[in-house]
Amino acid sequence: MAEGMLKQFIERRNFLNWFLGTTAGAFVFSVLYPLSRYLTPPPVAESTARSVTLSLKPKEVKPNSGQIFRFGSQPGILVKTQAGELKAFSAACTHLACIVQYRSDISHIWCACHNGHFDLNGKNIEGPPPKALEEYAVNVRADQIVVSKKS
Amino acid sequence: MIRATSRGFLWLGIAVILFLPLPAIGQQQVENCAACHQALPDGRLAEPAKQFVGDIHAVKGFGCVSCHGGDAPDTEMSAMNPAKGYIGKPTGTKIVDVCGRCHSDARFMRQYNPALRVDQVTEYYTSVHGRRLKEQKDSKVATCASCHKPHSIKAPSDPRSSVHPLHVADTCGSCHANAEYMAPYKIPTDQLANYKKSVHWRMMANKGDLSAPTCNDCHGNHGAAPPGISWVGNVCSQCHAVNGELFSKSRHSQVFVQMGIPGCATCHDNHQILETSDELIGTQDKAVCTRCHTGEDRGGKSAAAMRAMIDSLRQEYDKAHAILLKAGHAGMEVSQPEFDLNEAKTALIKARAAIHAFSVVTLKKEVDPGLQVSAKAYAGGLKALEELGFRRKWLAVSAVIILALIVGLVLKIRQMESAQKGSDKEGV
Amino acid sequence: MDMENRSPEHGKLWHWLDERIGLKDFEKLARKKEVPVHQHTIWYYFGGMTLFLFMIQVLSGILLLLYYRPSATEAYESIQFLMTEVQFGWLVRSVHAWSANLMILAMFVHMFSALMLRSYRRPREVTWLSGGGLLGLALAFGFTGYLLPWNELAFFATRVGTEIPGVLPIIGSFLRRFLRGGEDVTGATLTRFYGIHVAVLPAIVTVILGLHLFMVQKHGMSVPPDVERRGWSRRVMPFLPNFLLRDLVGWLCALGVLAALAAYYPAELGKKADPFQPAPIGIKPEWYFMAMFQTLKLLPAHILGIEGELLGVLGFGAIGAVLILMPFVDRRAAVGQPSRFPAAFGIALILYTILLTYLGYTMSPTK
Repeated sequence: MAEGMLKQFIERRNFLNWFLGTTAGAFVFSVLYPLSRYLTPPPVAESTARSVTLSLKPKEVKPNSGQIFRFGSQPGILVKTQAGELKAFSAACTHLACIVQYRSDISHIWCACHNGHFDLNGKNIEGPPPKALEEYAVNVRADQIVVSKKS
Repeated sequence: MIRATSRGFLWLGIAVILFLPLPAIGQQQVENCAACHQALPDGRLAEPAKQFVGDIHAVKGFGCVSCHGGDAPDTEMSAMNPAKGYIGKPTGTKIVDVCGRCHSDARFMRQYNPALRVDQVTEYYTSVHGRRLKEQKDSKVATCASCHKPHSIKAPSDPRSSVHPLHVADTCGSCHANAEYMAPYKIPTDQLANYKKSVHWRMMANKGDLSAPTCNDCHGNHGAAPPGISWVGNVCSQCHAVNGELFSKSRHSQVFVQMGIPGCATCHDNHQILETSDELIGTQDKAVCTRCHTGEDRGGKSAAAMRAMIDSLRQEYDKAHAILLKAGHAGMEVSQPEFDLNEAKTALIKARAAIHAFSVVTLKKEVDPGLQVSAKAYAGGLKALEELGFRRKWLAVSAVIILALIVGLVLKIRQMESAQKGSDKEGV
Repeated sequence: MDMENRSPEHGKLWHWLDERIGLKDFEKLARKKEVPVHQHTIWYYFGGMTLFLFMIQVLSGILLLLYYRPSATEAYESIQFLMTEVQFGWLVRSVHAWSANLMILAMFVHMFSALMLRSYRRPREVTWLSGGGLLGLALAFGFTGYLLPWNELAFFATRVGTEIPGVLPIIGSFLRRFLRGGEDVTGATLTRFYGIHVAVLPAIVTVILGLHLFMVQKHGMSVPPDVERRGWSRRVMPFLPNFLLRDLVGWLCALGVLAALAAYYPAELGKKADPFQPAPIGIKPEWYFMAMFQTLKLLPAHILGIEGELLGVLGFGAIGAVLILMPFVDRRAAVGQPSRFPAAFGIALILYTILLTYLGYTMSPTK
């Protein structure tokens, strides 16, 4: 009788220790897992709210061309002038926020929605846009193009 | 600025005012008109002399005699001797002549403002104002001095000027909105009131967009006249180029000319050009199409179809926008779908412009890509919200683990303490 | 896990370490520590709870430092980045924010229970004083940390909060300038608050917390005088492992609550602060400042010719002084006699705080 109780006691104890060990292990894992994911650098290394590194190389951009890039959730346009200067602007037209495009035939930034024209300083020169496009600063660091908002 | 030019030449010029324009630089010669006029008790005679100090002509060095003639250095009443070229207060065509003497002279004007046009007088005589003045000797019509307030004329870019974009409407309205004054002409006088309800005035007055059109942008300024029915579209498409082009190629363009009704203004009104909305198209209450079409004819059916397309794009865009906003507020990363959605917004705006082609096929070309982009963005938002649900599931799992650990610990404490009690008793 | 403490059989490593750092002394110290068992034992857990939540604050705070950038142009963006791009960034920030609130709550409970149970009696005056210091530091932590996300709500709450010391005579305007790092709340305030939050306060807390814990260890837990008077059975339980395991249960519960709060009510970011915008309606400080905030709001402009706000600030100072000097005010408890004042003072303070906090959240903000 006493022997049976002792055995039961030991078994219960072993089970409890096993149970405690397992749950403690699971607990440690559930803390360490998010922690390690948190410490892993995110794919985009920095906030894109104020500056963004483009996935293009400076050499890949041809003179007299323009392309749209992503600045956070907003579109931006990178233009290389005929003289080879890189410029970047907000690509949201100041009229109704359509996405503008570069017209290589007239070297204008152009909005197809209502035929708004901007010159290569972002200034609204024709059509309905009431304001100039916001200009961003473009920096070439080694093989990267970094566009940042001017404060 | 001050250059010595023969004074005799000046006198000669004034004497032959109508025949020989005066290419003389304005000069600050001794002028005694103001000395007396400013002190005169009669406001009619004193005010112009006081105001003139700030006039652009005074600033550039012109004096009273440049327009009114007379002998400036003379301090007596004899200065205003018609024999000395004094013309008093010019009226009617005389005003136009006085201004045009310099302003129509390209060589003269070049010395002050090479970019300024010199065809105002020519233009003026093509205007309704100028024609009535010349042909019917109508003295009530506007001349130069009606809009450019004499003695306080400023450059149009000066906000104090009566012809600054913000003041043009009121300046025109000072006659055209005056029912009593306009009575003999039997034309409406509600243009100013209507214009002030328009989107153009709202842009100008509330948003400070001085490039928004006011009276002269559509009617011309010196050659002011109502745009003709056949060319109203040309005027509007100065700014609304895409809409204008689409319209001119559309079926309506020809038909409207045949029917003798104007292009843009038939649907959008002329002065009271309200902000457009999607409700303008279709066969419902506020739709303008129903002014000519019924729901049953072909045009009415097309209108209804186009309205449905625009509505569906707008709804899909709004739906995607809303879900992305919700996900964003919950702290989810949705900048990629948000970025993509900009394209749908562009498509919606392009589609609204494409309505002016009045063709279901043309509209579909703009709407379809927008619908696709919206659907993609919506899916992105949905995925983000699912991810949010995953967080809660993850929480539930960790809560179960914590709970199990708590239960284990409580059992452990009980077991340990009963063992302690046991050993204590044994010890006793 | 606790068995090895009970068994005299230690491994080689233990002996190796014992020889060098004296583990035996620690073991003795831990064994000696006992917790009295009586009807009020539950209140003993709140000190440990506060300590646990403080540890969470330290850890999550260190994690946040990896991504946070303390400047007016980047602070908001860096947190936005943390919340959206960094995996589990939302969790770390939410845990930090919620754990701060729970810690202050636990701290208040700990303080009021110590007040009610007269635990500040001789010889524990220094424990009480250092605890008061820690409470002040925790509030300072909360105040400085609130601004760091640089969002609209925090910006204007900080502007109001730093305005308050400005009403003090003579030193007021200097104090305000000192806190703000200039005439107004700007990027300079942000870097200043950041430095205080992550370096100055932690350094001071380390010292005072060390003192506090040392005092608790030295004097042991206080048994309330009325429990002793009613005849206490002298029952105790060993701190190690019995009490600690119970503590652990409480901590796990707190952790579960924290995780749930973080998942269901993640810390919001709101709009970025724009110093040139007018203050939004209904700006609120953190809840633990609400009673004070509301008091100052309700006070008339002038009371008996003195500026109402100044009177309010002096009143808070007086209440704080009475509270912290309670061991010296309450002479009766020191000699074991029953004393009513501390309980009355504590209950009045609790009721007042609850009432004003309630008003702060329900009264129309436009009043």
